[in-house]
Amino acid sequence: MFIKKRVAVVGAGMTKFMRRAQETGKELAYEAARMALDSCGLRIEDIECVTMGSAPDAFDGIHMKGEYLIDGAGAWRKPYMRNYVGGGTGVFAPIHGWQHVASGLFDTCLVVCEEKMSSCHPHPQAAFLTIFDNLTERPLGPNLVWIFALEMHRYMHVHNIPKEKIAVVSVKNKKNAMDHPCAQLPQKITVEDVLNSETLVWPVQRLDISPTSDGAAAVVLASEDMAKKITDSPVWIDGVGWNLDTAYWTNRDLYYPQYVENAARMAYQMAGIKNPREEIDFAEPYDPFDYKELHHMEGLMLCKKGEAPNLAWEGVTQRDGNLPICPSGGLLGVGNPIAAAGLMKICELFWQLRREAGKRQVPRDPRTAVAQAWGDLMQVGTVVVMRA
Amino acid sequence: MSVRIKGYAGTPLREEDLKQRKVLLVSYWPKAKYIWSAGIAIGRYLTELKSGRIVGRQCNKCGRIVVPPRMFCEWCFRPNDSWVILKDSGVVNTFSISHITADATRIKEPLIPAVIQIDGTTDAGILHLVGETDPKDVRFGMKVQALWKPPEERTGSVTDIKYFKPIER
Amino acid sequence: MGLTERIRSPMDMVHVEGEMPVNYLYTAGVAGERFLREIKENAKILGIKCRRCNTVHVPPKIYCERCFERLDEWVELTGEGQVEAFTTCHFDHDGSRLAEPDILAAIRLAGANESIVHRIKRAPAEDVHIGMNVKAVFREKKDRVGSILDIDHFKPSAL
Repeated sequence: MFIKKRVAVVGAGMTKFMRRAQETGKELAYEAARMALDSCGLRIEDIECVTMGSAPDAFDGIHMKGEYLIDGAGAWRKPYMRNYVGGGTGVFAPIHGWQHVASGLFDTCLVVCEEKMSSCHPHPQAAFLTIFDNLTERPLGPNLVWIFALEMHRYMHVHNIPKEKIAVVSVKNKKNAMDHPCAQLPQKITVEDVLNSETLVWPVQRLDISPTSDGAAAVVLASEDMAKKITDSPVWIDGVGWNLDTAYWTNRDLYYPQYVENAARMAYQMAGIKNPREEIDFAEPYDPFDYKELHHMEGLMLCKKGEAPNLAWEGVTQRDGNLPICPSGGLLGVGNPIAAAGLMKICELFWQLRREAGKRQVPRDPRTAVAQAWGDLMQVGTVVVMRA
Repeated sequence: MSVRIKGYAGTPLREEDLKQRKVLLVSYWPKAKYIWSAGIAIGRYLTELKSGRIVGRQCNKCGRIVVPPRMFCEWCFRPNDSWVILKDSGVVNTFSISHITADATRIKEPLIPAVIQIDGTTDAGILHLVGETDPKDVRFGMKVQALWKPPEERTGSVTDIKYFKPIER
Repeated sequence: MGLTERIRSPMDMVHVEGEMPVNYLYTAGVAGERFLREIKENAKILGIKCRRCNTVHVPPKIYCERCFERLDEWVELTGEGQVEAFTTCHFDHDGSRLAEPDILAAIRLAGANESIVHRIKRAPAEDVHIGMNVKAVFREKKDRVGSILDIDHFKPSAL
């Protein structure tokens, strides 16, 4: 494969994630983008292009949301592209930005992701309903949580996983989030709290789910020569991968996210990773539900199929464990403004690999990490491998 | 985040702030109505449901029979070849127990959404409901059979099947 | 596989009707909140100035999109301006003819570098012209709610 230029992340920024923000989408995007520029001392004139990720226009209720966000995203009179793959967007946007720089077309790229789900009433979930097939599924009156419950239950059944071993992920991530200044739901809970929380669609209970949120995040990408001028510690994007599966989700076996594995293989091959479990120091897989962290750990080939719940139960995935997973607190703890959530994970990788994560810092000198996002109708895997 | 950064932007609001208009805002209910046409494959699928039949499509190249049907095989990326009338029975591939409706209101009698793999297909499931069974008796791999509405009540919809019920062993 | 039949009305096809049942509440935002409150409480129109490029933005924003600088220098505008562009609407959203034509204009407010869109009243359509001097007319304080419509219309400055 021919890549013209190596690409690094040189700056990052994000807003607080919260249930409802006063700021408009433009203002949220500006705050994150401004912070990312300030973090590496760049001015907007130094940015040659912008890629922006945001989930459906229907969440913010703004038609052509990509164009609406341009000026807040620093893209006034610049080359600009918006991308969207549902929840996978947060890791897709930096891949899109990576392409802009790796191709040699640009030396710097600002990547911004924004979401303002609180505009949607009575609940953002209503905007999701057309994800179901209008002819073959909606007449049954489905709730969005059905599809996650069906996937979670299949996963639990195939590997015979008791609910406790999944609940422990929610406990870990909400606790990790207590050290994240932008977190929406940092809290100390127990496995019992999760098991006793309200059952919505079994096996999904209230404390298994990440919140809906408003928020934005941004990173600055630069080509190798430029990156070394901007900062002493650029963090390299060494592997990217993305893959989508069929929208006919009832025709797939939901116990395993094959599309995440396909995306991971693509990214690992590019990064020269042959043994992910050994070579990856920590990971930020997408965790909108606690079972998803485990599902995605397996798809990222960080462990064998069915093994992830045991690793979580035994504490291997704690911050000070052998394979820290979601040291940021993930979506379960920090929040889930759909597109911005994945980019938050990229920001986390950036801060961790530069040893700037403060109380959240993963010990033992991490050098290589992977971030992954997921979304649409449970069909997209987007993967990025970063190295210090 | 970087330990050098001091503050993060974002002004949180509460539900009451919006309800009581403590901040200025504008309300808009887009009255967008849609007519979604079924297309060729689902048009036939729904018409056949009205007649009490589940139909699928077969691809001669990979041999897959798919339901809900489509006019092309997405694996081989070619038009598929023939309509197949399938049995109206199947096996529970996965299920869940729902205590909430589409708009998140709580219901007393839980619904049992499931992916039912239709007999005669390898991995083709459809989303439907399991009925006439206690939620705690539903099993993965359970054999089920469609319970149809009487012909005069069918409208050409997936709800022409009321639910799938367990087949007595 | 080609088309097998010709359909003239969408209602003849097998179909399902529905909607996306969502109601939106859009906050004014940090800058918008102050802008609209000033209109509501004091019948004053505010702009905001970028120190770097000297652009006075209206409606005000928290950032200048050209310089990407944070803005905090609020400026009071007089409410007078000039018509930069205008159009006359004769039909309503649903296609019915309006009793009185509705004149909409992009108005460059004095002291600002940007225009706002608003209505012009008390001038017959044939008298409205580009460059015409106009002035904001506010609703009574008791009728102001914190909306751009708290400015009822712009009238010719001469009146």
